[in-house]
Amino acid sequence: MTEFPTQSVGYAVSHLDALEAEAIFVFREVVAECERPVLLFSGGKDSIVLLHLAQKAFWPGRIPFPLLHVDTGHNFEEVLAFRDRRAAELEAQLLVASVQEGIDSGLVAEPPSGMRNAIQTPVLLEAVEKYRFDALFGGARRDEEKARAKERVFSFRDEFGQWDPKNQRPELWSLYNARTHSGESMRVFPLSNWTELDVWHYIQRENIALPDIYFAHEREVVDRGGMLYAVHEVLPAKPGEEPFTELVRYRTVGDASCTAAVRSDARTVAEVIDEVAATRITERGATRGDDRVSEAAMEDRKREGYF
Amino acid sequence: MDLLRFATAGSVDDGKSTLIGRLLYDSKSIFEDQLAAVEATSAARGDDYTDLALLTDGLRAEREQGITIDVAYRYFATPRRKFIIADTPGHIQYTRNMVTGASTADLALILVDARKGLVEQSRRHAFLCSLLRVPHMVLCVNKMDLVDWSEEVFEKISAEFRAFAAKLDVPDLAIIPISALKGDNIVERSQNMPWYEGTSLLHHLEHVHIGSDRNLVDARFPVQHVIRPQSNADDRRDYRGYAGQVASGVLKPGDEVMVLPSGFTSRIAGIDTADGPVAEAYPPMSVTVRLEDEIDISRGDMFCRPNNKPQVSQDVEAMVCWMDESVPLTPGRKYTIKHTTRSARAVVKNLHYRLDINTLHRDEGASSLGLNEIGRVRLRTTVPLLHDEYRRNRATGGFIIIDEATNKTAGAAIIV
Ligand SMILES: Nc1nc2c(ncn2[C@@H]2O[C@H](COP(=O)(O)OP(=O)(O)OP(=O)(O)O)[C@@H](O)[C@H]2O)c(=O)[nH]1
Ligand SMILES: [Mg+2]
Repeated sequence: MTEFPTQSVGYAVSHLDALEAEAIFVFREVVAECERPVLLFSGGKDSIVLLHLAQKAFWPGRIPFPLLHVDTGHNFEEVLAFRDRRAAELEAQLLVASVQEGIDSGLVAEPPSGMRNAIQTPVLLEAVEKYRFDALFGGARRDEEKARAKERVFSFRDEFGQWDPKNQRPELWSLYNARTHSGESMRVFPLSNWTELDVWHYIQRENIALPDIYFAHEREVVDRGGMLYAVHEVLPAKPGEEPFTELVRYRTVGDASCTAAVRSDARTVAEVIDEVAATRITERGATRGDDRVSEAAMEDRKREGYF
Repeated sequence: MDLLRFATAGSVDDGKSTLIGRLLYDSKSIFEDQLAAVEATSAARGDDYTDLALLTDGLRAEREQGITIDVAYRYFATPRRKFIIADTPGHIQYTRNMVTGASTADLALILVDARKGLVEQSRRHAFLCSLLRVPHMVLCVNKMDLVDWSEEVFEKISAEFRAFAAKLDVPDLAIIPISALKGDNIVERSQNMPWYEGTSLLHHLEHVHIGSDRNLVDARFPVQHVIRPQSNADDRRDYRGYAGQVASGVLKPGDEVMVLPSGFTSRIAGIDTADGPVAEAYPPMSVTVRLEDEIDISRGDMFCRPNNKPQVSQDVEAMVCWMDESVPLTPGRKYTIKHTTRSARAVVKNLHYRLDINTLHRDEGASSLGLNEIGRVRLRTTVPLLHDEYRRNRATGGFIIIDEATNKTAGAAIIV
């Protein structure tokens, strides 16, 4: 390959620019090849970055697909408010698939633990079927978790929404095969190659607004097995638990019943970057009760059709 | 800071995942909770030592069987460079996953077990890496601890591999004796092999020169999507832009471009991004190009320069690696192919030969390509492909073959 001039110094592309270009390419590829894409938007930082990239990919046009939030009913108010504000600003269509409605209709049953993460899957799949979505953009990153580390950028799901990790489609170069039969779908992860730190550097560079809970604030929490859970209207302290006030922030935002806060005094994006760069614990390890259930909790959820 | 993407390769159990685990561990890139989880799993299985391969072998089935099944992607950085690792499986059944990992790599780490030397799978992977034109290769002679750190064993395997590589297209080869398990020559130079005068693996990965691996000469812009906002805002009403990622070369406003396959020419009126116009676009930028003239252009068309065009043809010659276990590739069969942003139907006109991986002998009597077999074919497509030789242009020289009944990605093809 030395037959080409070595002009790369003049034509350098920064790491963040390369990640952005890749994500934009992925968005455009899906819109060109799939009939009914949708973007999974929770109001969490990864999905906020995802939405920002979608906006860039189709500029000066509008985002050519709706947003879908699978609402567990266990929300942080400021995140919901953020979700609605952002969708309105972009004049995007926001669809909500409600886990509470799923419980009320008998589609799913409230788990005894009160953690609604696992029962999101049937609710998500019902929405996929109802709207006949054939491509779902998700903000998952490979650095998050060991099963995610194995997943393709374009991840095929059968008519039951299931992921078969032993039989993934080969994925060469950037030639993505998005073909599906009716009822099957693709999960597409434009942020596959981003790390948590990349996401924060990008948030800083692009000046992306986030819900306040990502920054240090005082909150009433309880300690459950070393994790700090917010005392919340639908998730009060259990008998024997002593609520206390702590300076915390959230590293991830998911269902409030299984997302813990971390002790932090990082009040700005720059301070969060310093904190994330120095941390010795992964994002999910520090904050997710749902991954602690078993060694392969994420893989098992994904096999069933989870994000 | 620049980025190096590298993939592991080599036969099953030669130590690829252990090596990646060791590299991450010794470069302090493992988080405490990840290490604790791996230690607990290893202890529960009754391992004598913590199995660092578990850092990448994350699937249930992988842990049960003690092998890698699909590629794991890991990310780490040293003060000198960022790295994206693809740890691929050695098992022959999962060769397609190895190909997936190697297709985007700048460098391949080929592992060989010092006790066994080169085996068929080491040759197959080395061949596939050269076919995919992974620009840099490192042969890691692993498990040196099990051969008494013997220089003689190392030299014998090195010589054998060099002889094989000489028949391939390997532009840059380094050879390092290591013990992935014990950490010798991974991050620090080994005390056990004073006869080895080269650098540690990490040092090599941090310093290998990767600046010149991009094609900045041949302007190629596959149109991915036409942006035509349905808007009444004055500045957008007549907007028509061609969105895509620059495959190679450099585009500038004012440049004369030819649109293929139609052959019409125009000039670039502007190159837009959501952050404003840019003066130049080059790989891997994703941009939106506006032209001065209204020409009928759709997804799958390509912009190039009138004096530097790709091949425009419905007949292509390609090396194919077959990846479908259920149906072999046979002459006469029809497929869908995806090349740049263009899809077409294609029929296999001819299978010239199948390659024997051990000897590189060409079997011209072959009548099909089964799973993991490699051969040379001629295809006829329904619409012209706008292509270059893969060796000149990775982005316009490769395509995938899709089974029309199952939609599976059945083959990878490299235009020769
Ligand atoms: N003694 C010794 N054992 C090693 C070394 N490297 C790896 N092993 C052992 O070899 C076995 C296989 O290692 P893996 O890292 O899983 O091999 P692999 O190449 O990733 O295998 P696949 O991914 O399934 O192809 C394990 O038991 C390792 O502990 C080494 O340098 N010395
Ligand atoms: Mg392995």
